[in-house]
Parts: sequence; structure tokens; C-alpha cells
Amino acid sequence: MSFVEYSELIQEGDVVIIFLGHESMMPVKVQSGAQTQTRYGVIRHSSDLIGQRFGSKVTCSKGGWVYVLHPTPELWTVNLPHRTQILYTTDIANITLMLELKPGSVVCESGTGSGSLSHAILRTIAPTGHLHTVEFHAQRSEKAMEEFKEHKVSHLVTVRNQDVCKEGFGVTGVADAVFLDIPSPWEAVPHAKRAMKHKGGRLCSFSPCIEQVQRTCEALSDHGFEEICTLEVLLRVHDVRSVTLSLPDFGPEEGSTDSTQKEEVPNTGIASVVCKTATPPREMAGHTGYLTFATKPRD
Amino acid sequence: MAECVEDSDAESRISYGDYIVLKRGDVFKSVQVENKKKVIFEKQWFFLDNAVGQLYGTIFEIVAGGSLRVKMVKRAGSSLNNDDSKEAGQDNRHIMDDGRSQKLTRDDIETLKEQGLMGQEIVQQLIDNSTTFKDKTEFAQQKYIKKKKKKYESDITFLKPSTRLLSMMYHGREPGKICHLRYDTLAQMLTLGNIHASSKIIVFETCAGLVLGSVMERMGGYGSVIQVYPGGGPTRAGMESFGFPSSFHETLHDFPMCKVNALLAGTLDLSEKDTDSRTDVSRDGQLDSSRETSGVFQEGTTEPQRMEVSIDPEEEMKRAEREKLRQQRAEEKKVKMEERRKKLTSASALLQGQDADGLVIASRFHPCPVLMGLLKFVAPSRPFVVYCQYREPLIECYTKLREQGGTINLRLTDSWLRHYQVLPNRTHPLLLMSGGGGYLLSGTTVAKSVTQQKSEEPAAKRLKLDMSTPSCESST
Repeated sequence: MSFVEYSELIQEGDVVIIFLGHESMMPVKVQSGAQTQTRYGVIRHSSDLIGQRFGSKVTCSKGGWVYVLHPTPELWTVNLPHRTQILYTTDIANITLMLELKPGSVVCESGTGSGSLSHAILRTIAPTGHLHTVEFHAQRSEKAMEEFKEHKVSHLVTVRNQDVCKEGFGVTGVADAVFLDIPSPWEAVPHAKRAMKHKGGRLCSFSPCIEQVQRTCEALSDHGFEEICTLEVLLRVHDVRSVTLSLPDFGPEEGSTDSTQKEEVPNTGIASVVCKTATPPREMAGHTGYLTFATKPRD
Repeated sequence: MAECVEDSDAESRISYGDYIVLKRGDVFKSVQVENKKKVIFEKQWFFLDNAVGQLYGTIFEIVAGGSLRVKMVKRAGSSLNNDDSKEAGQDNRHIMDDGRSQKLTRDDIETLKEQGLMGQEIVQQLIDNSTTFKDKTEFAQQKYIKKKKKKYESDITFLKPSTRLLSMMYHGREPGKICHLRYDTLAQMLTLGNIHASSKIIVFETCAGLVLGSVMERMGGYGSVIQVYPGGGPTRAGMESFGFPSSFHETLHDFPMCKVNALLAGTLDLSEKDTDSRTDVSRDGQLDSSRETSGVFQEGTTEPQRMEVSIDPEEEMKRAEREKLRQQRAEEKKVKMEERRKKLTSASALLQGQDADGLVIASRFHPCPVLMGLLKFVAPSRPFVVYCQYREPLIECYTKLREQGGTINLRLTDSWLRHYQVLPNRTHPLLLMSGGGGYLLSGTTVAKSVTQQKSEEPAAKRLKLDMSTPSCESST
């Protein structure tokens, strides 16, 4: 197992995602001899996981069953331990497309945070790209490096513990794309420019507040960035279900003179129609952040 | 890291045969650079030849005779943009809309253009001849300039194609061709499908090849893509526009939808030649027959000639040449057929294992049968994603999958996209936004148990037999 390449069977040391039911999952590190408690009972790693095919059904000690899934950056995003606010898949998808990431891209990112975006970037730029990720919080950067090792992607990433606004990304002229998710992105814009390739590249800044966007756009324009564009994407989930709609009773119709039908007992309100539909959730994420994109032209 | 610092400029230069994207404002067009090719873009026509040898990202302007000239780059705003504001009004109380504020007439502007004035100079003329410009507020003045610049400046940027540019281009120009798939929805598909290098992805699309191309871009020439196609042959114009290196094309395989059942039943016959011609009837059948008839026709006309002047060595040679050509053609056809057979064999071999790493569907077909048919080729614990312009067909897919089992994490979604104008003291959402970008159904495959599960919720109370051995086989 690796976050950048699928494998068929579960092996010792793998990270697997245990699917417990709708919207309920947990990540587990596979170690022979180890056990994992779930609400359906115990999963014994040696007998229940190792050697099994990803996607198989595993019966727990209490008789309930779960599925074991191959990790993907998207599953990781909804299962990772939060050390910070994280970016979710909808934003990540747009960041990846708009930054034009692909295998071989060199990317600079700050901050690393909980590594939600980092994993998605690594997946896309593997096997020949590289991620330089900068995190000013020492413990967070250490933890991130540990995770990258566990997920077998550490050869694709360099984690630096420094302040991007003061010290930059630690590289010059190498990046195809830069991503900023920091409180004052405008301070990092000159560093971002320096990190980018001579022939140019793409930049993205994620900010929850419009005031941050305002200042960032000004800084980008001052530093010669082009195609500056701010957008916002929201995901709407549609809950598929059958709904029952009762039909109103207007009483007997005037035209139908058939007396036998008139004898029918007044409708007791059972008449209804079942219809398959999809409804929006009562509440949804209404704002994550503004995504500002820009192009650095050739020097 | 030293080698990274040196950008290879050779690769960044435009050459004949390259696929490029033209950009003017928010409008894009994809073209292939060819000798003396006339391109019409944004009501202007020009030849691409002068762009050859120039760097990608270069801005050109069109000069007389439709030739391109590299525009002198003036960074950080032109003189028009500079806020050395001379005169500006406070508000619009004195602005009268009498249609007489511009003293230049349409004809005057045309004359200026004929005199060879460039866009910026025309805009300056327009400002000088506007009676109300001075009374406009500073913001209004900037807006006026921006609007006029857009109209009169003919700058065109030449860019390297990418999923971003092509998906925005198709969405802006020909949304009907890509089933109204919006670029942010395509972004979701590529991410939810976990498209990455060294995997085996099945693509079924009728989006002009855009989805296929974007999947291939994300795979970077590693792994394999199997395009399952409806009808006579795969559509790939959008994919060609990416201008992938030939190594990428070697990772691309195709398989006709009409042979999926045969493949699943194990009755797909690869040895016989007629299996090829059967699928090609709709596409190549006509072509072949027309070629044949033209051959017959040719023969017919040459016959009397041959009788008369058969002694003419020149004519004799010509005839022999024709004969050779015909033979060559037949040979080529044979080789082509053989090649096609080989390709079909390799594609079916890739599918046969039923161990694909992902499935991406975006078509004008009803997604339900497509999904049910192709999901059988996907390994357990792999993502799949289905796009449909409409919601109801995906509701049907969702219901069917829940009944059938073998998938979890099903989600029916759409996304909402809004662009912003960001300017000092004038930041707000754009007045227009896209009304919808289509719907997605995504999920993950799992091993299918023999006993059908009604619910994906694990039932703790009921004691289940250990069904850990996968049983993907579900003969219908």
C-alpha cells in the first residue's frame, strides 16, 4: 500500500481505512498481532487483515462486519487526525485542476497543517514530481513527516519547519505551482515568486476572509502576477430517498354519477404516492474559503 | 536540484505541429500550428507562422495583413491604467444619457483603425473625444477604460494546453459538446476518481475527448487508460488538443461498448478477422466501400486507354505504379486491421482481469446501464465517478447500486461555483454565475457478497458467515 500506488493485498505496516457504515470510518495501521476495537467487535490484524484483499468484508468478533479499504487521499481527508483546520476534497479538486498539477510537477505549499492537501498533491505529482511543504509549527511539521513516511510518500516530499513569510520556501526557481494557506498570504507573495520557475507557473491562495483576499490580490498584481481570479466552490450533497406524498381528497367528483361508487367510504387519507427524490441536507457548509489563482509570467 | 533550475527553453518554444491555446481576455481557442494556416478568433483573422519559434506565454498583436507581432511587454499597468487621476467626478448626478457623449462616430473609429492605430491609441482617442469621461467617477473611468480596451485591443496570448484551459474553453464556447460539464465538476471527477500515475483507469465519455484527455494528463503517461466507446469509434478531438507526446498514446487503449457483453461472457472472438470488420462497419465500412468503388471506377476508365496505348512505356509504367499503389493500399489495410486486432486484444486483456483501478463516466447516455456494465471491470476498494447533466438518472443509479450491493460511500452531489471581482473598495461576486455544472455520483467498490445486502449498514445483530473472499462474479 502507498498513497500514490494501489496494491491488491493488505500487508504489515499498511494504513487501511475501516468502513463501519454510512459516514463512519476509521484509519488503522496494520501490525501483526495487534487488535482494533470497533463497535462490532475486535478485528485481529494477523488473521483478519494481513493477506486479505483490499475491499473485502471482515467479520468482527461480535459478528458484525466491516469493509477494509485501500487508503486514498480523499478517504484520508475525512479520516485524518486534525491538528488544524483542513482543506476538503471539493476545494482540493479545484486547487489541483487550477494549479495544473500533474505527474512531475514541483509544488511549494505552506502551511502543511494536517496534511490533507499535501496527500492529494503528492498523489497527483507522483512518481516524478516533488512537494516542498513549509510549516512554522515544529510539532506539526514533525508529525507530517512521520505520516508521509508511514504512507510511503516521503521520497516525494521535503518538509521544512520555518516561517514562509520570513524565510520563504527554501528553494528558488523550481516550482511549477505554489499554494498558500496562511493568515497573511500577501507577505509570502514575493517568496512564492522567487520559488517559482523562471518560465512561470501558477499560484493559489486560500483565505476564509475577503479582507485577506483583497490584500493578496493587490500584492499579486504588484508583483507582476497575471490572470488573477478569485472564486468560491461549494459542494451540495443530495440525499437520495423515497418520500411519500399523500393525495388530497376532494370528495366525490360531480361528473361521476355512478351511484355505486358514491357508496364508497369517505377516503381515510391513505391515498398517497411514493416518489424517489433527492433532497438537500438541512444544513451544509456554506463557506470554506476563497480561492485566489494567479499566473506568474516568464521572467 | 540544479537541473530543475535550468528550464529547457526548447520545450517552451512554439513549433509547427504543436497544439496551442489562444487566449484573449476570458476567451480561449485551441488550434494546431500549421504552415500558413488562417485562424479566425474573436472576429479577427491571422496567420500563426510568426509565432513559431516564440516562447509559450508570449502576447501577440495582429498587424495589417493578418500577421502576428510580439507585443512589447509593459508590466505593471499601462499609461491608461495609471492612477495619476487628472479629473474625476464625485458621482453620476451630472451624467446625461443622451447618446451624444462620444464625439467619434463608428466611421471615425474605422478610419483610425485603417490608419493603423493600435488598440491602446484608439482607446485614448475615445477618452479624449468623450464629453462625459471627466465627469465620471474614478471607478467609472477605470471601468470605461477596461471595457474599451477589451473591445479595441487585439492582444492574443499563446499558451500550452492544459486541462484547466481546455475545460474552460469547452465550457465557454461549446458546452453542448461536453454535456455541459463545468470545469469545477471535472475537477471533482479527477480527484474523486483518484486519477494518478501508474493506475488502470476505464473511461467512458461523450465529451469530445476532454475527459479522456484530462485523465491522461493526470496519469502523465504512466499506467493505462481504457477508453470504452459507443458506436463506431472513439471520439478524441479534445484529447488531441492536449498535444500529448507519443508515449502517452501508447498507454491509451480502446474497447467498443458493443463487445462488453461478449467479453464478460467469454465469447469475444479475437482470432477471426471479421470480428474487426464487424465493429468497423459503421465507421470504416463506408470509407472502405467508397475506396473500393473509386478503385473500380479508376480501372474502368483506364481500360480503353490501356488498349490503345499499351505500347507507351510511360503509360505502362503508370499502370504498374497504380497497381503497386493498390497492392500497397491493400497491404496497409491488412496491417491496419492486424494492428486493430492487436489493440483490441490488448484492451480486452486489460479489462479481462476485472481489476481496473477506477472508472470515470461522463456521457449523454443513460448512466445506469453504462455504470452497471462497466463497474464489473473494477477491482474492489476502488473509486468510481459518474457525471450526468441531470440529477434523476443518477438517482436511479444510486437506487440500483444500493439494491445490488458491491459499492459503498455513495454520494450524489453537485457544486456551486462563484467568481469574484476583487478591486479596492469594489469587491463583490460577479453579476453572472453559472446556474449549474451537472451532477456527480461517486462511490467506492467493495467485494460483493453472494448474499445480497439490502443495506450498506453493517448489521451487528445478525450473524454473518465470513464472506471475506471476494466474489465479484455476478452473472446476469
